Amino acid sequence: MNDFDDIAMLLLILVPLAGSLSMMFMPGGQRKETWYFAIFISAISLALSLVIFANYNYNAGGFQYTATYEWLPGPLDISLSLGLDGISAPMILLNGIVLFGGVLISQTIQYRPREFFVLLFALAAGVYGVFVARDLFFLFFFYELAVLPMYLLIGVWGSSTDFGTFLRTKEYGAMKLLIFLVAGSIAVWVGILALYAESSNLGAATFSLEGLGQLAESGQIDEDFQKWVFPLFMIGFGTLAGLWPFHTWSPDGHVAAPTAVSMLHAGVLMKLGAYGIIRVGLFLLPEGAEAWMPVLIALGTVNVLYGAISAMSQNDLKYIIGYSSVSHMGYVIMGIATLDSIGMGGAVLQMFAHGMMTALMFLLVGSIYHKTHTRDINVLNGLASRMPVNTFFFAIAGLASLGLPGLSGFIAEFMVFIGTFRTYMPLGILAVIGAALTAIYILRLLARTFMGEADERWADLTDSSPVELTVGAAFVGIIIFVGVWPDPLLRVINVGVQTIPGV
Amino acid sequence: MSSLSDNLDLLTPEFALAGLAFLVFVLDLFLPEGRKRLLAFVSMAGLIALIVVSLVMLWDEDELLYDGLLAVDSFALFFKVFFIGMGIAIILTSMDFVENRLKHQGEFYGLLLFAILGMNVMAQSRELLTAYIALELLSFSLYVLVAYAKDSAKSNESALKYIIVGAVSSAILLYGVSMVYSTLGVTKFDEIAEGLARASEVSPALWVGVGLILVGLMFKVSAVPFHMWAPDVYEGAPYPVTTYLAIGSKAAAFALILRLVAEGFVPATERWEQWQVVFAVLAALTMLVGNLLALAQKNLKRLMAYSSIGHVGFILAGVTAMTGSSDLASNGVMFYLVGYSITSLVVFAALISFFNMTGKEMITDLGGLADHQPFLAACLGMGLFSLAGLPIFAGFTMKFYLFTAVATEGYLWLAALAIFSSLIGLYYYLNVMRQIYIEPAIKGDDGGDLLEQHPALTRRPSLPLIVVLGSGSAAMIWLGVYPKHLIEAIETASRAIMI
Repeated sequence: MNDFDDIAMLLLILVPLAGSLSMMFMPGGQRKETWYFAIFISAISLALSLVIFANYNYNAGGFQYTATYEWLPGPLDISLSLGLDGISAPMILLNGIVLFGGVLISQTIQYRPREFFVLLFALAAGVYGVFVARDLFFLFFFYELAVLPMYLLIGVWGSSTDFGTFLRTKEYGAMKLLIFLVAGSIAVWVGILALYAESSNLGAATFSLEGLGQLAESGQIDEDFQKWVFPLFMIGFGTLAGLWPFHTWSPDGHVAAPTAVSMLHAGVLMKLGAYGIIRVGLFLLPEGAEAWMPVLIALGTVNVLYGAISAMSQNDLKYIIGYSSVSHMGYVIMGIATLDSIGMGGAVLQMFAHGMMTALMFLLVGSIYHKTHTRDINVLNGLASRMPVNTFFFAIAGLASLGLPGLSGFIAEFMVFIGTFRTYMPLGILAVIGAALTAIYILRLLARTFMGEADERWADLTDSSPVELTVGAAFVGIIIFVGVWPDPLLRVINVGVQTIPGV
Repeated sequence: MSSLSDNLDLLTPEFALAGLAFLVFVLDLFLPEGRKRLLAFVSMAGLIALIVVSLVMLWDEDELLYDGLLAVDSFALFFKVFFIGMGIAIILTSMDFVENRLKHQGEFYGLLLFAILGMNVMAQSRELLTAYIALELLSFSLYVLVAYAKDSAKSNESALKYIIVGAVSSAILLYGVSMVYSTLGVTKFDEIAEGLARASEVSPALWVGVGLILVGLMFKVSAVPFHMWAPDVYEGAPYPVTTYLAIGSKAAAFALILRLVAEGFVPATERWEQWQVVFAVLAALTMLVGNLLALAQKNLKRLMAYSSIGHVGFILAGVTAMTGSSDLASNGVMFYLVGYSITSLVVFAALISFFNMTGKEMITDLGGLADHQPFLAACLGMGLFSLAGLPIFAGFTMKFYLFTAVATEGYLWLAALAIFSSLIGLYYYLNVMRQIYIEPAIKGDDGGDLLEQHPALTRRPSLPLIVVLGSGSAAMIWLGVYPKHLIEAIETASRAIMI
């Protein structure tokens, strides 16, 4: 233990938060300077998350970098307790990477860039906070903090989609997203209160995950209680994870959001939901979880198939990716629901893998939309000859998404399949079918958008900007790296997964 | 039996406050028109001095006055400082409004001071009639204040409504007091508790009496189904008075309810357990109806009226959860009162500032506010997020604390309902947010240019309002991020009434 370890977690949250606050007081209207400063903040944040991840000792496992600060003594006894385990370590790395990428490509934000970054960093701080919080109060605090800036980020900087017969406005997308997510957080909040009340009845009133975990481990939390509280967390967190049938906010929200926000939201924020199910649901209510897992895995399977089938029939690039996120989050949910060490490991790895590839896809689509002002795959065609690098990256992301060996998606999905086959064989078969459907819509997208003869309207089209391509290249590199050599991630994940009760 | 004049010096702050009010009235006579602003500063200086005096004199004091009619304890001190602090903020908020839009400035501040005096005594009284007199002092000041814009028909209408409803509710309250006295023979809170606990069979008259007292008090805090007056009165009253109704008089009524419940009802455990159900139903109704009706509002003042009814529902849920064994619920209620008052103050200060600039008070009038007035928009936005209960603002921590208290005392369903009502609230707060940040700027009257018609929109808000907005927002974030110190003070205050 050294000094850095003691404050690492706090720094992780405070750097974006301080960035957010200090930007509030920057003079407005200076677009370039604002952007540079945002890059500076997110670079520090990325460096921090890299160092922290790299120094996580996977031989020792468990919570590391732990730090506890007294926040509110007295009857409620809440403390800001932070720490990082094998499940959250890859997640903070993911957040660092996607945030940095998102900020880099946000030079295109013309309108009030200062407020944009203020909100974006508040969101990022919230995400970090959820991943490292070890107290239910703060977990929920940061969870809400991560959700709340979305409304303005989408409502102010987003874009509306015209479907010809009707208009999906950005205000609609923003309101729908926020109402869904906050409705989900209602369930989470009630669940947290129920847990606290139960612990209070047991004479050990606490919000601390550790304390509640001990109660759960010693079997003091009543089984019936667990069985009715678990669905609150399952549905509440599940809403954010895009769990069917509470996923409908996700495509609309992602489509309306500006590129950087789509990247962060589909890439990282949805993972908060899955993470919440693991961290709160599985750790604190193991018996309830066990009882509900058949339902969860069934819903997850529907996610995979329903998302894939919906994606097949969409013509808007962002909607296709939005539904593909729903489908891919299905694998995460299935992996969690297997309660199998391999399946669970696959789920966590899929959270990382999907985060990278979906962020990459949103980045590339954002770039295409910025240049062509359309996302309709019936209108776009032959972009490969005009934007060769963008096309190449998109193909990599797409192939990762359909699970091509050698790319990050393959290992994660394969592990989820193994886990599912070991526990719920028939659903495993359906999941594999889902992967085949993914191939259909990804190839359809690639063929329509990038292949064929380029329309003359795209004669003057140039490739994405150097910044976008650099970020894209980095993302592609990570996707290939994880696909070829997943061990650096997996060994950390496995350490974390083994501590989950019931696995 | 102790003499009536024992410990009279402990009432120094109250005497001084009354003196200050008279001083303002007298000064008003001698100040020429156009220099009346001085009165606001005199009032504020006096109030600041009073806070200091109260803190120095009454710190850690725990005495009874007039043979137990008034208590001078940490609870009273806490609310005294809180009410006076809010009074200062209200004066700052109203200065421009009063100067530009109202006549008779001197009386405005004097009446405000009397209202504060009434509130302070309400938090101190531990006997029904004393509480009633204090309540009337507050109410009478407010009746006049609501009617202050006497050239405005709306203000007159709402004042008339307020007086009639106020008088009826006072009468109901008084009738309840007399019935309690006729059955138990006492009016002090602690003796009521003893009487309730001792009486094996409670006569119907006592039930009716307690019921009427509750109805009277529920009128004052505008709990459903006794809320109908609030939106009309809020809409018609001059803006600063609306603010005061929302944050001041309500908090005072709850201070009284807290002491009455804690000292008068909770110790009679068996009775209290029966009445908790009544409170729970009232709370549930109030939070649902308030938030649902707010959805349909187009006027900002009416929106805030219904939103405040919704918040009253949350606070009543906290009152429901009060028990003798834990002070969690009363802490939660006090925390909520402070957090809600500060948040509302910020929202109202921003709205008043906007009103001073344009004279507009509809929700759609806020369109494009973020373009003309970024500071105002940011404060208003933070305030709305806080009211909706989102971090990092006071709204989140106070709701979390209060609802935890409610859930812990066995009312998980009520907490769940409160959380659900918060979601409804979020929707209409977000609609206001949308106007401020997303919708394009509105046109001026008759389609003209807004900024030309209201050049004030291009200038900064006035200094007093900036002070209120800035310090209020800072306090909101402070309470949302690190409320430890406030909660420690609240715990001390709470212990004074719970034992």
